[in-house]
This record gives sequence, structure tokens and C-alpha cells, in this order.
Amino acid sequence: MRQNIPLRLHVPEPSGRPGHATDFSYLRLAAAGAARKPPVDTSAIDTTDMAYTLVRVLDDDGNATGPWAQAIAPELLRKGLQSMIKTRIFDARMLIAQRQKKMSFYMQSLGEEAIGTAQVMALSKGDMCFPSYRQQNLLIAQDVPLFDMMCQLFSNDRDRLKGRQLPVMYSVRDAGFFSISGNLATQFVQAVGWAMASAIKGDTKIASAWIGDGATAAADFQTALTFAHVYQAPVILNVINNQWAISSFQALAGGESTTFAARGVGSGIASLRVDGNDFLAVYAASQWAVERARGNLGPTLIEWVTYRAGPHSTSDDPSKYRPADDWARFPLGDPIDRLKRHLIGIGAWSEEEQHSTQKAYEAEVIAAQKQAESHGTLATGQTSSVASMFEDVYKDMPWHLRRQRQQLGV
Amino acid sequence: MNMDDTSLKQKTTPMTMIQALRSAMDVMLERDDNVVIFGQDVGYFGGVFRCTEGLQAKYGRSRVFDAPISEGGIVGAAVGMGAYGLRPVVEIQFADYFYPATDQIVSEAARLRYRSAGEFIAPLTIRMPCGGGIYGGQTHSQSPEALFTHVSGLRTVMPSNPYDAKGLLIAAIECDDPVIFLEPKRLYNGPFDGHHDQPVVPWSKHPLGNVPDGYYTVPLESASVFRAGAELTVLTYGTMVFVADVAAAESGIDAEIIDLRSLWPLDLDTIVASVKKTGRCVVLHEATQTSGFGAELTALIQEHCFYHLEAPIERIAGWDTPYPHAHEWAYFPSPKRVGEAYRRVMGTMQGSHAGDGAATREAR
Repeated sequence: MRQNIPLRLHVPEPSGRPGHATDFSYLRLAAAGAARKPPVDTSAIDTTDMAYTLVRVLDDDGNATGPWAQAIAPELLRKGLQSMIKTRIFDARMLIAQRQKKMSFYMQSLGEEAIGTAQVMALSKGDMCFPSYRQQNLLIAQDVPLFDMMCQLFSNDRDRLKGRQLPVMYSVRDAGFFSISGNLATQFVQAVGWAMASAIKGDTKIASAWIGDGATAAADFQTALTFAHVYQAPVILNVINNQWAISSFQALAGGESTTFAARGVGSGIASLRVDGNDFLAVYAASQWAVERARGNLGPTLIEWVTYRAGPHSTSDDPSKYRPADDWARFPLGDPIDRLKRHLIGIGAWSEEEQHSTQKAYEAEVIAAQKQAESHGTLATGQTSSVASMFEDVYKDMPWHLRRQRQQLGV
Repeated sequence: MNMDDTSLKQKTTPMTMIQALRSAMDVMLERDDNVVIFGQDVGYFGGVFRCTEGLQAKYGRSRVFDAPISEGGIVGAAVGMGAYGLRPVVEIQFADYFYPATDQIVSEAARLRYRSAGEFIAPLTIRMPCGGGIYGGQTHSQSPEALFTHVSGLRTVMPSNPYDAKGLLIAAIECDDPVIFLEPKRLYNGPFDGHHDQPVVPWSKHPLGNVPDGYYTVPLESASVFRAGAELTVLTYGTMVFVADVAAAESGIDAEIIDLRSLWPLDLDTIVASVKKTGRCVVLHEATQTSGFGAELTALIQEHCFYHLEAPIERIAGWDTPYPHAHEWAYFPSPKRVGEAYRRVMGTMQGSHAGDGAATREAR
């Protein structure tokens, strides 16, 4: 009779923990220029190889190489670099403001600045992004006033959301930025619905959906893929794999021995896996996906391989679950440094410009902050009227909310 | 029954509730290019209850279409369509299966206007066949209305007859707030008073089965006095309207039966005026009792009519158990149970469901 061995539960673990280094060999990297560029009308199944490799354009010396390298106007790249620098300075400053209790909460996007910045530059006015909470670069790259963003963060009397939302849960319809929800993954399927609506109306607009590696485990992720595939919705399904969901390594979201891009292929969606810290690759892959969606060629899923360089949020201390020097060892580096090196290499940027740009944005952020603070912060309690708390629950205020407002005496 | 001017001028046709609901969707697909309809089996096949029959053939696959079996996906996609500017009318095949869509309904559809300060809205209508009395067992009989009435930002509506079904559904579709539209499937083909041993009469034999062919609305937040009476007020909705009515006839008690139609936000004035007149109140629903919508109705009456009340408010509801199969008629609030509640409230019958000390000891 056959001897049965005791079964064992497999619980994935990251290789690196506080005090010992991460082994990044799990990342399935490829050299810059190595991955092919499929035609935009490719079938999903023909992108299987693309889901297990890595599209990269910039090599270690900052040179653009391979089939995804394309002529991009230096002005666009300069604008991209400037937006990334601005995002990072904004984040750093807002982190301090949170520590000063001017707001209750903040989330940086340190290390992930390239992805949203490059994609939004590949999209057109009227397209709609369905972001998660770490895509502030979508707003900053479109020059949404920092003042408006800060007023939301401070929940002050100029907060367009009237103090109803946690900081960073922006909503900016005019910038094609859908209202952020605290509930993970919900926006992914909503983006597909928005894209379906555009198709139903015979419009030319497309949707861009955003989700993190951890949230791909939520049901709405798979639902979004199914609906996008079934209805061939004009949507770009962006998975930002920054390796971490708070303290959980991406293997715990189902990334062990596979990729998130592979989920797309499995659902019948053309998929790419791209270096998320390579601005040129992000722009080229986004353009490819935009062309597919805009051309009625269907949805595209893109896994952006990057690293969450900062804490998950101001309520998080990553030193409790991962090595302190992890980002310095991450093989894909820093998106700002890499684009900067490329631009200097082609003679479109300089250290002096880098320095002066940083100074200029620091001044701009400080000025915007001063202006925003003059309308109050959470600490000063200078908020929108308490009576506004009862508005917008419904289009018209029902009797019970009018009554409750009266009970509050406002 | 509140008939508006528009409906009175129109030619009417005898319709079942199914036909009335279909007519409402037909009218709205015709009137508003932004109305789209989708859900499981609603397209080519016309719905498992025939509520969308013929609509895809008439309006095309981009207006009326079949959806994957994913309630979260159906509602989530509809939220996205609403954000774009469409007016989706989606179907969850049975109310018992809305649970996978809970996050999209509660966290998204209901909150979108509020959290975006009106930048984005979710003008959805989510149709769900609900209720028991059909040997549907645990997952084809539930009445989950209390799970929706508890959610800020939702409107919850339930018609009890074809005329209201069409008028309320048109009003729901036109409403810019998300509306949970619960359809008592027991009433789809004819009124039902709980006498399951008697043949069901079709809607064609009932005055409320006469439905105007074109556009009209029954306003949301408007209750209807289904039966005027002087002795006690019955607050109810859906199938229980007919149970309440037959119980009044059988008990000889002159009950004023109020069909709430809109559960939340509701028509408080009609309710309060009636209870202040009668001084007595019975709250009646199919859903389980504890923390059911009846608890909210009871609290509202207590708050607004306390000094007019001459007896404790009685609640008659489904038992606090999952909906059983074989014990259908012991579970479903019967005309007998309802009539006994009337008599208790009138003081002509002893005993109470309220559970005084003696009853609690006895139950042990």
C-alpha cells in the first residue's frame, strides 16, 4: 500500500527581511532592447512571451535601445522628467506636513513616478483614468494646481471635496481623474464599464485603469479582465507591481513563479510586462496600448515592474518587514535618475537644469502650501461648513437628512 | 393609487407585472439614448422571467445585452457607465444573489456623488426579483431590503402591482440617485394574498393590471393608501400588501393598508397621518424580523406618533431563520398570522409576540 506523506501548507515569504538582503532574482528581468515589439493588432495569445519577459528601452548607460525605442520629442521627455521631479518634491513636502499634523494621512509614490506620468502623456484630453491612491503623478503631469491638491489634503475650506474624503482620495473630473475610493480594486471594473460606455456611444475616448499588485487578488480584478475581454472594451488595464502590498510581498498576491501580465493572457487580453522605472518604455508601451484601444483592437493589460521605495503610507513603518536598503538594491533603479541620465546623454538636460528645476519646484510647492494653508488645515479646523456634510448624499436632500441637519443645529 | 395626469389620458392595456416592467424599460429605451440594459440572460433570451423579452431585437445589442455571471462586474461596470454619462438599468437575477455586488453597491454606487462632491454620479437602477411564497428555498426567496435601506445614498423601491411597477420603474430610471428596484416575483403574474391553496387570479382580472401604454411615473417617496380604514394602520409593501388586505377582510377589522412603494427614503407624511388617525399600527414584511426594515418603521412611528398610539406596535415578519423549502407556508406570514396581529392590536385577542417575561420563560 502506498505511503502518503503529510501535506504541508505553502505560505510564500519574501527572500529579504529586516537585517538580510532581498534576492531580486525572482524578478524575471530582460536586457534593454531584448523584448520584441508585437504589432498593435496582435492576438492575445501571441503576447504570451511578452507576459513573461520585460520590455525595457533604457540600458544601464542611459541609452535608448531596441524595438520599443522610438523618436520621442526631447521636449516631451523633459516635461516628463520635470513632472516626476515635481511629484517627488510634492510627496516629500506633504510627508512633512502630515508629520506636522496639518493632515491626518498621506501616501507617497516614491519610485513609481514614471508610470502615471508617461501614460497620461500618451493619453488624450477626454480619456478617463481610474486611479488607485498612488497615482498623484496623473494630476501633477497635467499641471493640476498643487494648491487644489493640497486643499484636499488639508480638508480646508477650499477642498473641492468639502472635507468628506481622506487625504489623497482626489477627484478631478476635468483632468480625467476618477474619484478615488478607499475600497481596493473597485475602480478596475468601473474603468471597463466606462470604456464600454464610450464604445456604446460610438465615442473615441478610452479608459485607463490602475491597480496595485496586492489588489489583483480582489475579485474585481478578475471581473474587470473578464468584462474587458468579453466586450473588447477600449481600456488599458495597468497593474503596478511595486512588490509590496503594505507588508505583504507580491508572492502573497499570487506572484510567485508567475507574473501579473500572465493573468491578462489567460483572460484573452493582449498583455505586456514592462520596466516601470524606464520612462521611455512606459511611454512606448502606453502608446501601443492607446493605439490598440483607440483602434477598436481591444483592451491591453500591462504589468509595470517597479518598487515601492517609500513606506506604504504615513501610518506604515517598512523597517518592520523588509530590509532598510531594499530600494538601493532594486535592479531597475530610480526612474528619475534613469531618465535624467538619458536626457543628459542626448544633450537635452544638464545637472545645472536638474538643480535649478528642483529649486524652482521646491519654491512652487512651498508657495502653494502657504496659499493652501491660508485656507486652513485639519489642525486649524478651517473646513467647509458642517451643513455641507448632509449635501450630495442624494441629488436632492430627503426629509430625514434635512431633519438631521436641523438636529445638528446647522 | 396615485394616478398622475399623464397616465389618465392614455390608452391602457391589461399587463402582468412582468409586462409592465418590460413596458417601462421599452419606454425608457425609446425616450433616452443613454439608457442601457444588461444582466445575466437579459439580452437574446429576454430574461429568465421574460422581463426584457424583445428589447434586444428592438434596440440592438449595444443597448440591451447579456452579461457574464458576475454580480460585482455587472454593478461595477454600470457604475463606470454612469460616470461616463449613461443611465444603466441592470438586473441581478435574484435578490438572493446581490451579495457579490455588495462592495460596488455600498462602497461605490451609493457613495460616488458624496465622495466626489457631485463630480461623478451613479444614476443606476438595479432590478432584483425578490421575495418568497414560490417554494424558492433559501436562495430564491430572500427579501434583503434592510441591507439596502441601511445604506446612505441608496433609494430602495418595491412595487406591488403592474401599474405601480411601470410608473415606479420609469421614475427609478429617471432618478439621478442609485435605485435598488426590488420586484416581488410572487406578484409577477398575479396578486397573491397568501392563500396558497386557492388558484391564483391573473393580473388581467385586477384593476391595477390596467397599465397605460406610454410614459408616466409614480413618484418616488410616495406611499399609496391601498385600502382606506379607520381602526388600525398597516405599514407594508410588496406581496404583503395583498396578505394585509385579505386579513382585513377575514378579520372584519377596518385596517388602513399603506403600500410604502418607496421603502427609503419613504413618504413619512402619509404614514404619520394614518397612524395619528387610527392610533394603532401593524408593521408587516416577508423579510426576517430582527433588524429588518420593520424595526425602522416601528421606531419612526414611536417617534412621530407616540401620543396617538393606543396599543403597542406589532411587527409581523418572516421568522429569524434562513428561508426554508418544505416549510414555506409556516414561514411566509399568512393571512391568519396577520389577522391575529390585527386582533391583538385591537385588544380583541390575548397574547403578544412582544416576548414578555412569561413568554421568554416558556420559550426556554
